[in-house]
Amino acid sequence: MTANWDRQGFGEGEPEKHPAVAAIRNDFPSSILEVESSCGQVWAAVTPANVVEILTFLKNNQELQFDFLSDLTAIHWPERPGAEFEIVYQLYSTSKHLRFRLKVPLKEGQEVETASDVWQTADWLEREVYDMFGIRFEGHPDQRRILNPDGFEGHPLRKEFPLQGRVRW
Amino acid sequence: MSKKPTSVYKGPGPKEANVVLTSASTVMNWAQRSSLWPLTFGLACCAIEMISAAAARYDMARFGWEVFRASPRQADLMIVAGTVTNKMAPVVKKLYDQMAEPKWVIAMGSCATCGGIFQTYSVVPGVSHILPVDVYIPGCPPRPEALIHGIMTLQMKIDGQVNFAAQPRRIEPGYRGPNKEEAV
Amino acid sequence: MARQEIMTINMGPHHPSTHGVLRIILELDGEVVVNAIPDIGYLHRGVEKLSENKKYLQVLPLTDRLDYLASGSNNLAYILAVEKLLGIEVPRRAQYIRTAIAELTRINSHLLWLGTHAADIGAVTVLMYTLREREDILDLIEETSGTRMMPTYFRPGGVVRDILPDFDSKIRAFVDKFDVKIKEYERLLTKNRIWMGRTKGVGVISRSDAVSLGLSGPSARASGLDWDIRRDEPYEAYDELEFKVPVLTEGDVYARYMIRMEEMKESSRMLRQLVDGMPEGSFIERSPKYVYPDKKRLEESIEAMIHHFKLVVDGFSPPKGEVYSTIESPKGEIGFYIVSDGSPKPYRLRIRPPSFINLQSLLTMAKGNMLADVVAIIGSLDIVLGEIDR
Repeated sequence: MTANWDRQGFGEGEPEKHPAVAAIRNDFPSSILEVESSCGQVWAAVTPANVVEILTFLKNNQELQFDFLSDLTAIHWPERPGAEFEIVYQLYSTSKHLRFRLKVPLKEGQEVETASDVWQTADWLEREVYDMFGIRFEGHPDQRRILNPDGFEGHPLRKEFPLQGRVRW
Repeated sequence: MSKKPTSVYKGPGPKEANVVLTSASTVMNWAQRSSLWPLTFGLACCAIEMISAAAARYDMARFGWEVFRASPRQADLMIVAGTVTNKMAPVVKKLYDQMAEPKWVIAMGSCATCGGIFQTYSVVPGVSHILPVDVYIPGCPPRPEALIHGIMTLQMKIDGQVNFAAQPRRIEPGYRGPNKEEAV
Repeated sequence: MARQEIMTINMGPHHPSTHGVLRIILELDGEVVVNAIPDIGYLHRGVEKLSENKKYLQVLPLTDRLDYLASGSNNLAYILAVEKLLGIEVPRRAQYIRTAIAELTRINSHLLWLGTHAADIGAVTVLMYTLREREDILDLIEETSGTRMMPTYFRPGGVVRDILPDFDSKIRAFVDKFDVKIKEYERLLTKNRIWMGRTKGVGVISRSDAVSLGLSGPSARASGLDWDIRRDEPYEAYDELEFKVPVLTEGDVYARYMIRMEEMKESSRMLRQLVDGMPEGSFIERSPKYVYPDKKRLEESIEAMIHHFKLVVDGFSPPKGEVYSTIESPKGEIGFYIVSDGSPKPYRLRIRPPSFINLQSLLTMAKGNMLADVVAIIGSLDIVLGEIDR
């Protein structure tokens, strides 16, 4: 028996069957940019304008109940001008055992609203995204570096930052 | 009148017996190396092997090193076990400065020796950049036997020390000579 | 004219009870904690940046050193994510072996947690006892994989080499001994008045706070959240094992202690079931594009030699895609989010660290408690700095 990847039964090429996709298409039809699936997991990309509204809707919706924010991270795509960064939210519903991924493409220097009012988990996760990528979150209670020392210059996980850093030992 | 009882013991008396001739250095070194008090300085994974070395199977207490002190003022051996990062480096130096002489440093594991597998922007490539190290123990993590072997090597090094000589015991890292322009 | 002020003290990165290099800035009103702000990053090694420059198989030893108490678990999480990307099926025997190593590392991690937590509160005997049991587990892992602490024993497709023929008898002997020893620890601590006085009612967190803060693992189950990835989203051999998931509702330090003790007993039950039902078969799926050929064939066949050479020098390239795969590690939900762009190195490797997210709840748990309780609360959260700072 294989590793049980397809837990929700959404195989390749059928991402529209995921209940979260259907719910977002229903309530926020103009915000969806694309819907994809990979390795049996479904994700949707939305515009940055009303991200927190969509997240709150996903959390409070009775059929979905995404009450758990598993992870919040970002990816740097330097070869995509206009959408250099992508914020990725991994959502999980503890009652329905459903997983979903939400992606938000951002320009260089663009800010997005903080999700720490929706889930308190997002507090430190957004601080880490700021530390590693330089993306600021509007309305965050305590936006400062978390892993690197306070006087550190640069944002390490950007692709142009060298692995060994800029200060030689 | 009875005779005074003579003692049965015919050997040397208290002023002649148990006289040992040796140098002061030997005694001092023997005392220092037999009761090293390590500072609890586990940073990362090597700390777990250090704890295992202090546990029941690879007992460090039989050598005299089981008194792990948390305060640097009371310790004389700093076992840097784990990766030293840029954020942690000033803390390590401060703790080392707080220790009283005589003090020794053991770099345990690859990360403390040379940065290990983490050659990145935030890792100090070896604690020898900030402290003078006496013994390096390679391994990732080194087995508890390797740690014991390393500390025994340090014991041999301590045995070779010369005390009471009119010269400084160690040279600070970064010491460039009397004229600081010799630097770099 | 007495004036009252909040006192700020630093529980510095070098502290015997912080289980690593964790700095907490405590604001106290007398003895009562008003604010507890963790300051982390003292062990930040840049693992995520480093993995973007290494091939997929070279990232495997890096994952060992994240949660260094339960290295087998981290390996398993990463390997499952890579297998999903590659689309490989794993033979049943390899799944059983991997589950057995995962459960052994779970007992390993919980034993060290128990030892250090009890030692912080004052029961130093327990530390010496648990370290003695850990040595038996480390012996088992060493016989199977070659090293005590960082096994790096898994590969995409299965495991590196087969288990020794006396693996099952050794596990049975260990489990028989462990069941007796864990009763000993319970006799020392569970009904101990001092232990209960130090841990009951301390560091309480409610279920809604736990879910909002992202708490997972035994700490969340102690607050009433009935969620265990082994049962709800089963992976490897867990769908064929029978085990209970302990859940309590008090949410204090004592509840977290009870949950982990029960988990250790369940793990030993699972180990017994695993060795009783170990299937025959191969221990690795030799998928030609991604897995090295058998070492013995390298002496006979030049094609195997070329194949091995290409895989070692160039590495395997998964197809384009992304995956987020999670497992239940002893600390909580550990997840690997890998974005692949078709090259032999991951484009982005994100590690979802359970201890990082669990540590956020320190302020909620510590508020209103005394200074000495902060030590008990940090111990009960079971954090590992290697995972927090990566």
